[in-house]
Amino acid sequence: MGEINAQGGGDKKGKVRSKKASTKIDMTPMVDLAFLLLTFFMLATTFSKPQTMEITMPEKPKKEEQQPLVNEKKVLTLILGKNDRIFWYVGITNPKVEIANFSANGIRKVLLQKNQEIRNMIVLIKPDDTSNYKNMVDILDEMTISNIQRYALVDITPVEKELIKNLN
Amino acid sequence: MAKKVKVHRTPPSLDMTPMVDLAFLLVTFFMLTTKFAPDEPVIVDMPSSVSEVKLPDIDILTISIDKIGAIYFNLDGKYAREKMIARMGEKYGIQFTKEEVQKFSVASSIGIPIGSLKQYLNMDPELQKTTRQPGIPADSLRNELADWIVFARLANPKVRIAIKGDRQAKYPIIKKVIKTLQDNRISRFNLITNLEKES
Repeated sequence: MGEINAQGGGDKKGKVRSKKASTKIDMTPMVDLAFLLLTFFMLATTFSKPQTMEITMPEKPKKEEQQPLVNEKKVLTLILGKNDRIFWYVGITNPKVEIANFSANGIRKVLLQKNQEIRNMIVLIKPDDTSNYKNMVDILDEMTISNIQRYALVDITPVEKELIKNLN
Repeated sequence: MAKKVKVHRTPPSLDMTPMVDLAFLLVTFFMLTTKFAPDEPVIVDMPSSVSEVKLPDIDILTISIDKIGAIYFNLDGKYAREKMIARMGEKYGIQFTKEEVQKFSVASSIGIPIGSLKQYLNMDPELQKTTRQPGIPADSLRNELADWIVFARLANPKVRIAIKGDRQAKYPIIKKVIKTLQDNRISRFNLITNLEKES
């Protein structure tokens, strides 16, 4: 081994010099790339997951089952109509229909007040065919805000359609 | 003094190894955690709510309803989608080839009646993006949405159902979807919303 080295050392100067050069490589481009990728993936990652609202609808009643009866005085009906309007009334026979909107002073006030007045209040939400999905979500939201425990999403009846027709 | 001068002569190079290590570690982390949002064929402007429940990432069946009331259906999980389309084909007497099943399993939401699905899957991907999807029929006469839901639940029993409606979607369509769910004895589902910005 030593000999070979000695032989190779014939043209000493150049080889010795090249050996002297450090074995370190310039990492700068690699680091640049690494940080570029890092930035890209950091920005591309979506941290925000969509929000969701859980809703439980009643099971479809079987025919034999008797539906529980409720006191009509405890029922607050909300009809969601056109142009973000809400028609509301308490009770079922000869209702006195009033109009509210989705602002903080509108339906929320009514809900909070009625929730205090009526114990075990039941809210029936009846979206009209002219209302949209936003109205539905908004009113379900109001239920959460006003802390109303018992509410249901119900189909509108023809009688109620007549009722709000005159007010439209 | 001489010694001090020597010290100054060495170049002020700094050991970058730990920094690079960290940088690559982070790159790897972000690469693995990033999940690119698939191309949705429909833009849904969701209403906002105060609810702060997060939607889980996996096992989600999304029913999207766009502005004009077209219904789109999406199920996550490649394997479940393969199973679902096979059963769907069986029911409607449509034979899907292996490539079609493969294409379907990696696609996102679909809003195509089952009859035209085969044609849609064989389209050029660029063309697929520009095609206007008519939505899945959910009428009482021909309720394909119900079948999709049934087979999706068979393919993945753990699936949770989420409704992603546009704020302008009309209520009768929402009612139709909810009724379809109820008819299939699904009484618990999620409504996807945005977080309310101002109260």
